[in-house]
Amino acid sequence: MGQLAAFIILSIVTLASAVVVVGSKNIVRSALSLIPTLLGIAGLYILLHAEYVAGIQVLIYIGAITVLILFVIMLTEQGTGARFRQVNEQVLAGVLAAAVLAVLLMAVFFGTTWAPGPGALPQYTAPAIGSTFLSSAILIFIVTSFVLLVALMGAIVIARRER
Amino acid sequence: MVNWPLEIVKAGLLAVVIFTFMAIVGAMFGVLLERKVGGWIQARLGPKHVGPQGLLQTVADTVKLLQKEHITPRAADVAIFNTAPLIVAVAGLMSWIVIPFGTLGDRVLIVRDLNIGIVFFAAMGSVTVIGILAGGWASNNKYSLLGGLRSASQMISYELPLAMALIAVAMEAGTLSTVGIVNAQEGWLGSFAFRQFPAFVIFLISATAEVNRVPFDLPEAESELVAGYFSEYTGMRFALFQLGEYGEMFAMAAMTTTLFLGGWRGPLLPPLVWFLLKMYAVVFFLMWVRWTYPRFRLDQLLNLSWKVLLPAGLVWILITGYRITF
Repeated sequence: MGQLAAFIILSIVTLASAVVVVGSKNIVRSALSLIPTLLGIAGLYILLHAEYVAGIQVLIYIGAITVLILFVIMLTEQGTGARFRQVNEQVLAGVLAAAVLAVLLMAVFFGTTWAPGPGALPQYTAPAIGSTFLSSAILIFIVTSFVLLVALMGAIVIARRER
Repeated sequence: MVNWPLEIVKAGLLAVVIFTFMAIVGAMFGVLLERKVGGWIQARLGPKHVGPQGLLQTVADTVKLLQKEHITPRAADVAIFNTAPLIVAVAGLMSWIVIPFGTLGDRVLIVRDLNIGIVFFAAMGSVTVIGILAGGWASNNKYSLLGGLRSASQMISYELPLAMALIAVAMEAGTLSTVGIVNAQEGWLGSFAFRQFPAFVIFLISATAEVNRVPFDLPEAESELVAGYFSEYTGMRFALFQLGEYGEMFAMAAMTTTLFLGGWRGPLLPPLVWFLLKMYAVVFFLMWVRWTYPRFRLDQLLNLSWKVLLPAGLVWILITGYRITF
């Protein structure tokens, strides 16, 4: 009962602020509305007993990525004005793309028979995630690390050239 | 099965308790202590007139702030302008959830011993940036915006070394829970201040930067930015920013105590007293630094983080890993 109520509240928070993200005329408000969206998703992770993922979600997505987005907006010329309004000419295309994606996802969700996973949930998920990274998922882990490293070096190269 | 209504009532009551604790012990007493310590270091007297030895000075200041008018600048973005101080204050409040204050019999005095304790703490610290950035932008004032931007670049830069120090401690203790970390520190030599000395230094420096205190107070910089991101805030909203800031500072001191100084552990005195003693010692250290050092330049600040603290943190994680494994 409580879980259902929590799920509904979190979903409403997530969805309502997501609508503001795409609908707001003010770009800073859009970026700030990302925060309740991401917090709602973190709450959903907690409902799924993935508290480590939830913590990292807040730390990375809210503490780093959203701040970075805000930072970039505020450093650009027109982002600083509170009166600045943005226009989106691709509303129709965006709605269509979102609708197609939603239909596809729902088809997949309802078409799959969700078997309950074997075994019980581990009490602490952080060590389990860590050992998965360093055993069965090591290739993905290393490749991702390399991609990030290359992106980092690319950013440095671009920033250097401008000087 | 979780008893939901009971849990919600408990959470509400605990929020009131922590908020009161943070407002009285953190902000009100903290401000008084700051002025007294500052006065003592600079060979002045500090507040002296209101109450015995100026003890009631902050009470008078709080009453004054409560009475002041809320001014919203005409060009400001009203909704964001009003929300920003709340974000800062609530994030400062939330950090206290994972701090163990001591023991009472067999129970540990902590709001909730989360098994992701220090990740949660770091996450709440990073949410504060949003409030500062939003407040700086919504004021629609160039000094506020500059303060907000400086604060964002500074806090992002110092979150990384802070996280490195947290990772090293978590590796040594083998847990992310704050109670587990305190339990992993036995005796004087077992405290992580000795076993994790480099992490301790990195954590202290980054914590000072995270709470925007001198020598890392560029986001506020009274002499150049007229208080930075909260220039336009008046009355209780200004007080909420101050509350969040002092709450953060005391939370950082409490976290330093928990992670490195053995938390509530100590001989003779009750655990709660030990915890408060250690926490105030760290707070005193932060104030001592504030009244001793001048402000950094922005490039010095970023260089210290990216070129010194971050590599040092990475090397220390490597050394810790080696020590644990072999």
